[in-house]
Amino acid sequence: MQSLADTGRHRPVTIDAVGGDRGFRRRLMEMGLVPGTRVTITNVAPLGDPLEIEVRRGRLSIRRHEAAQIRVRPAAP
Amino acid sequence: MTVATVASAAPAASPATPRRVALCGNPNTGKTTLYNALTGAQAKVGNYPGVTVERRSGALRGRDDVAIIDVPGTYSLVARSADEQIAIDVIAGLGGEPRPELLVVCVDATQLVRGLYLVLQAQELGAPCVVALTMIDEAGTAAPEAGALARTLGVPVFPVVGRTGQGVAELRAGIELALKQPPLEPSPWRWQPSPALAGRIAQVRAAFPPDWPPSDALALWALQCVGDDELGHIPTEVRAAVAAAASGPSDDDEAVLGRYRWLDAHVAPLGARPPDRKLTDRIDRLLLHRVAGLAIFAAIMFVVFMSLFSWSAPAIDAIDAGFGWVGEQARKVLPDGVVADFVVDGVIAGVGSVLVFLPQILLLFFFLGLLEDFGYLARVAYLMDRIMRSMNLHGRAFVPMLSGFACAVPAIMATRTMERQRDRILTMLVIPLMTCSARLPVYTLVIAALFPSKTFGGVATQSLLMVAMYGFSVATSLGAAWVLSRTVKPLRARRLPFVIELPPYRAPRLADIVRMMWTKSSMFLREAGTVILACTIALWALLYFPRDLPAGAPDYDAMIEVATAQGEGGAEQVAALEHARDQALLESSYGAQLGKALEPAIEPLGFDWKIGVGIIGAFAAREVFVATMGVIYGVGDDEASLRDRLREEKKADGSRAYTPLAGLSLMVFFALACQCFSTLAVVKRESGGFRWPLFLLGYMTVLAYVASLAVFQVGRALGF
Repeated sequence: MQSLADTGRHRPVTIDAVGGDRGFRRRLMEMGLVPGTRVTITNVAPLGDPLEIEVRRGRLSIRRHEAAQIRVRPAAP
Repeated sequence: MTVATVASAAPAASPATPRRVALCGNPNTGKTTLYNALTGAQAKVGNYPGVTVERRSGALRGRDDVAIIDVPGTYSLVARSADEQIAIDVIAGLGGEPRPELLVVCVDATQLVRGLYLVLQAQELGAPCVVALTMIDEAGTAAPEAGALARTLGVPVFPVVGRTGQGVAELRAGIELALKQPPLEPSPWRWQPSPALAGRIAQVRAAFPPDWPPSDALALWALQCVGDDELGHIPTEVRAAVAAAASGPSDDDEAVLGRYRWLDAHVAPLGARPPDRKLTDRIDRLLLHRVAGLAIFAAIMFVVFMSLFSWSAPAIDAIDAGFGWVGEQARKVLPDGVVADFVVDGVIAGVGSVLVFLPQILLLFFFLGLLEDFGYLARVAYLMDRIMRSMNLHGRAFVPMLSGFACAVPAIMATRTMERQRDRILTMLVIPLMTCSARLPVYTLVIAALFPSKTFGGVATQSLLMVAMYGFSVATSLGAAWVLSRTVKPLRARRLPFVIELPPYRAPRLADIVRMMWTKSSMFLREAGTVILACTIALWALLYFPRDLPAGAPDYDAMIEVATAQGEGGAEQVAALEHARDQALLESSYGAQLGKALEPAIEPLGFDWKIGVGIIGAFAAREVFVATMGVIYGVGDDEASLRDRLREEKKADGSRAYTPLAGLSLMVFFALACQCFSTLAVVKRESGGFRWPLFLLGYMTVLAYVASLAVFQVGRALGF
């Protein structure tokens, strides 16, 4: 099972499921990270964490630990 | 699913109470610019009760009977903490305030779907909405057509460019029109709850107390938010009903997915083309670069730091000199005596000690406004998160903590740039441990007086000590953050996701920045300044009264008169006599009596009562320690003589009173103790109560005492 944290830069993926405790996953989903959404890691901070992701035409930053809770699959081209 | 509106709870507007319009929206949508454009110059700024969130409201320009209430930026109405709860409180009218008659939702045209998520939540609550579509200049051809969007949403949509004011007049007219018309039919929910969820919603709604609107949306809100929360004023019957309903993550899936599905199907096609991010991407390639990005970050932080530390000095000196001059003029007018001393040393000096913070506050908020509006503060959090989070601090805490090297007062005010209360409070509690510039004169005096000027490996030990004190303060403040976030319950790091938006870079608007600088300074003067002034005067009285010379003391005033009569030749003698008189008066003051009473407690730290009096005086500002010691040793403001006196001071048994070890203990005490009531006054203002300033004073005093005790006792045991 692939998580967003294992995804390389500039490889678009589609969200399958968001894990973690209730408040945590609700927050991620309300920011637009719902299953079916296309996400791309666009950058990694100079110190290796957090990640910069492109989602719904905006840029968000999330930590690797959080990205590891998001299950993804390669996006259809 | 029926839509129960909450409108029935709204009281009829009377001429005396303005009609309420709430302005809400996601962060980074240009809400502040729009608020400024809608309200004009006046704004009432305060705190929401119990939380450190700024509450702003102001009259709609040209309409004194319409109040615009600025709701803090939020992505959702769902809340887990008291500060997140403000949005739902204002919009549903729960926090004791009446419900607004209209909601203006600021939606970024380039972030349409996420912005409208909030609109759907508000519509479910039955709140009458107007959408202000911002950033349409940035979206360009990607901006949705307002008419089509309005038809889809069933609410009026007004495109605005806050920067130029384009469309603001139309929005204002739209607000006035919406207030004139009877409320629109509530919009239907855009998703259908499953029978199981609908049952839970009905079950919770049935338990609502009479003062809660019987709304399905509010019941859904309670199902999602109540339980494992830090919310305020949730009635026990609601808590019990939510617990009995046994809601789970699948309820969140239904609500969040339901809304996004509708938005993706109906709204996303309206903004067909993705917004242009080329320029932002190009800037980010540089500013977030592994090497160049960190170098530029260091350079920017250096400029911010230097501006507070050095460039503010001329203004600070001018304020000091100005109040000195005013004091002199007052002395000329007033007859010598208690009244003159009170006016000059208490009131005038006290007002000066408040105003002296303004240059740094203005400068810091100028830079913060610039960096925030440009979009760089979000990048600071991104760049620094790795380091800061290992101490459980927010990445955005970096700038306030760095500012703490100059002065804790503006630094604590700067914690507002963080969204979460927990992050703000934790940062406020550790900023006072940073070596502020007021500690430097104390360290300089102690190091120069008590430590030999030897070199160690080619570097002067005295300079090494100063550097060590800086390193010590960084270590203690980061360490304190680590410990506090693991031991103090409200400060525990919750497993909440760190999701920050990296907005496109935008040209800052000077008018908004100047307005914020003005708001921050006037608020500081009004709320913290009055407390600081009162404390300064109280401290002056403590070290001034009872003004009795001890029995058998020489008649200094008569001797000064005789010496003055000798003209030029007696000047030196006059100064010496005045110093002796001031010394005798201070020694008999209540403050000195307190210092003497404290002596048994501070003796194990290596301090005598004179140091105790200096520490008491330092509560006004740490550098006052030097001046107080000057008076106690009868040398006035001659620092060279003071150093000699400290070095030569003997105990009753003839040994040196202040050894280098005692000096080190004293510096450790100054590094760790929160003896600065300006800091405490600002923490009280920023945290909205006495709880956190008292906690701050308590933990830092204990820390300082224990650390100094350890330094002195261990050092002595080792033979120093």
